[in-house]
Amino acid sequence: MSAQAAEISPQEYKTDEHPIWCPGCGDFGVLASLYQSLAALKIHSKDLVVVSGIGCSGRTPGFVKSYGFHVVHGRVLPVSLGVKLANPKLTVIGVGGDGDGFAIGGGHIAHAVRRNFDVAYLVMDNATYGLTKGQYSPTAPKGFMAGSTPYGNIEKPINPLAMLIGYGATFVARGYSGKPRELADLITRAIEHKGFAFMDIISPCITFYNTYKVIPPQLAEVPKDHDATSRTRAFELALREDKVYLGVFYQTQEPTFEEGVAQVIKAAQASAPPRLDEIFAEFA
Amino acid sequence: MADCVFRVGGEGGEGVISTGELLTLTLARAGYEIYTFRTYPAEIKGGHANYQVRASDKLLLSQGAQVDVLVAFNEEAYQKHIKDLRSGGVLLYDADSFTPPPADSAIFYGIPLTSLATEKVGVKLTKNIVSLGVMSSLFDIPIETFEELLKERFGRKGETVVQKNLQALRVGYDYIKTQQKKDAIRLGPGPRQAKELVMSGNESLALGAIASGLKFYFGYPITPATDIMEFLAKELPKIGGFVVQTEDEISALGAVLGASFSGAKAMTATSGPGFSLMIEMLGLAEMSETPAVVVDVQRVGPSTGMPTKTEQGDLYLAVYGGHGSCPRVVLALSSVEDCFYGIMQAFNIAERFQMPVIVLSDQYLGHRKATVPKPDPSRVQIINRLAPTAEELKAGYKRYRFTDSGVSPMAVPGTEGGHYVAEGLEHDEIGYPAASNHENHLRMTEKRYKKFQAVEAIANELVNLYGVEHPEIGIIGWGSSEGVIREAVQMAVDQGYSVGALHPKILYPQPLAKLRPFIEGAKAVIIPELNYTGQFATLLRKRFALDFIQLNKVIGLPFTPREIFDKIVEVAEHVRAGRRNLAARV
Repeated sequence: MSAQAAEISPQEYKTDEHPIWCPGCGDFGVLASLYQSLAALKIHSKDLVVVSGIGCSGRTPGFVKSYGFHVVHGRVLPVSLGVKLANPKLTVIGVGGDGDGFAIGGGHIAHAVRRNFDVAYLVMDNATYGLTKGQYSPTAPKGFMAGSTPYGNIEKPINPLAMLIGYGATFVARGYSGKPRELADLITRAIEHKGFAFMDIISPCITFYNTYKVIPPQLAEVPKDHDATSRTRAFELALREDKVYLGVFYQTQEPTFEEGVAQVIKAAQASAPPRLDEIFAEFA
Repeated sequence: MADCVFRVGGEGGEGVISTGELLTLTLARAGYEIYTFRTYPAEIKGGHANYQVRASDKLLLSQGAQVDVLVAFNEEAYQKHIKDLRSGGVLLYDADSFTPPPADSAIFYGIPLTSLATEKVGVKLTKNIVSLGVMSSLFDIPIETFEELLKERFGRKGETVVQKNLQALRVGYDYIKTQQKKDAIRLGPGPRQAKELVMSGNESLALGAIASGLKFYFGYPITPATDIMEFLAKELPKIGGFVVQTEDEISALGAVLGASFSGAKAMTATSGPGFSLMIEMLGLAEMSETPAVVVDVQRVGPSTGMPTKTEQGDLYLAVYGGHGSCPRVVLALSSVEDCFYGIMQAFNIAERFQMPVIVLSDQYLGHRKATVPKPDPSRVQIINRLAPTAEELKAGYKRYRFTDSGVSPMAVPGTEGGHYVAEGLEHDEIGYPAASNHENHLRMTEKRYKKFQAVEAIANELVNLYGVEHPEIGIIGWGSSEGVIREAVQMAVDQGYSVGALHPKILYPQPLAKLRPFIEGAKAVIIPELNYTGQFATLLRKRFALDFIQLNKVIGLPFTPREIFDKIVEVAEHVRAGRRNLAARV
């Protein structure tokens, strides 16, 4: 990440493209918080890449003055890996929805976590497929009624935070689009984290699964005495069903993938950097 | 003239492959041109393995048709391969393992390989080295070269191992002198003086990728492409690059696109099953106009198929795989040497035209070794993608600007003023989604296909022609069949047939300026392919509305020159008899 000395206003990250989201969509709150975080961190647009998947959240790169890659469904993390590896100086932010991340792209998360490459992965979680008109998603509750589950959803939802803590992610947090200031602080911490930072962001779909009245009474801050350095405590907190906790569940520091790559290259080059000619000699 | 085909067969794990490799390198160092062919079981231990080495003092174009020397470590190897031994050929077999029925058509040497290895050397595993000693003595292949190679190969395992192997070589060498030489095969030192390299198609390709400036390789292990990844994993870090083994092939190509977006040269290599998974990412590369190189080392399909056997069955997928109108380039590699230069062309085309380039190789080519002149990277000038000018970056940069060539300057992250979104949605010139703008979709599609005009001009240079220039009977082949076809054409021309072969190294878009006169001037055109339906013939039929004569082989093995020669003779008879229906226009 590159910090610039000059102050940047959150407004400067806006583009000419107007968000296509429904009025009242939680994603507006996430976008506003993202602008705040970028400004707080003074990240220059030229050094920022926002990679997104498919779904309402997938349109985010167009609304952020930065480089962007709007990829195919579920593939935010593999593309982000390539972007970051080829230029580790870039700040890479991955955005996607719960369907994109946990259903079609679910197979990539464990491996992004294993590599611990430096990316902030923000999942805008509305528990529904908004762009295809409201089918149930991997985080939708049992009994969810929608077009593809006319008799009610009979699958149980996944718990994204427990899953990510279980995989071994080095930063795991939850935010809410309706609390933009707190959310901006969390996104800032996720971007600042060196390694794979995961955020589950509750971002209600006002059109197909309006949870604006249901969610707020369940919300609570992560308890002040929570030990976010303990994976066990973090897992316990993620499994609690009394409240929906907001904040950092777990954070630890481990070597990043880019650091590992740099070490391998350094070691390989220690024995005199070979020219192609010397590689040819292996075949003589 | 020396031209000798050796085939070693036995149980997987018996040292069949290492016998073949040692023989290959020794003959190459002794001054012979080499052409190998490998088939091996899909299992790691057990199963039948064999390794064929053809050595000659002239240019070799194919693996050869008949075997001159068969080395059988067990009865299964004998039974599988004895039919391929030429009349008067030599069979060397392990007399401890089996006794073949007597035959007049071949010369037999029964050698107690196992007991020589156990009793004289004390290591049963060295029986394959004993067999090399026998061959060295019997066929006059310099023993010093074998010795030198054994020292190099086993040096790291310690002096005892080296000595045991040298001893095994000598045991075989001396033993055979107790038997009378009954055959006439004598090689001696070969004629070639120039320092040549011995490498496989996959190794040549990996070296060419490095010469092209490859920085990152992302891939998932799959036979028969894995050795490209393993070779690069060792070499790329030395030049500041890296290999990542991704969780699947979708991720592999996804990460290639990400790295390419960031400005690095990146590639992946796979085989059919992995290539099937990559199709969605090919579409993204096309829509977002991101350079990418994808190698498909084909094997027998569909589905898991026959993983260790060869086929040319992925052409449809390479050309048509994807939804929508998909501008891409498909190249086909034709020889071990061509793997080096072909992959360089692939990177150049991908960078210059900002689209995916699919490079088709196959198991036959990827895993066979050949002597090649030391590659000269300067023969292909490296082309890098077009970057926006300083003025463009200041005055509202448009990533997907309409241009005469269809190519728009591409900024990379870190460039001030160059920020844009690489879009998988249809988009306007800036890169903003334009998913409801019908006229824009037409213009953008035209823009992406406009690049084909320049690609086609390059395509016409990527064509080889052999035999008669304006032949009565034309052959159009592709990929790894080049040498075999060339040899068959030479056989036919020597016998007075009017035959020529056109071998395009780019299959999509097609080199029409070269194909058209060749096809229209011939009375009949044969298209040999290692697939069931004639995939290239179908592509050409669409273009030329002509009934090509297909020659298809689908047994997981390459063509032999004889098979193609026989087809030429058959077609020539029809043409002479005026049976035009064979080559009728449809």
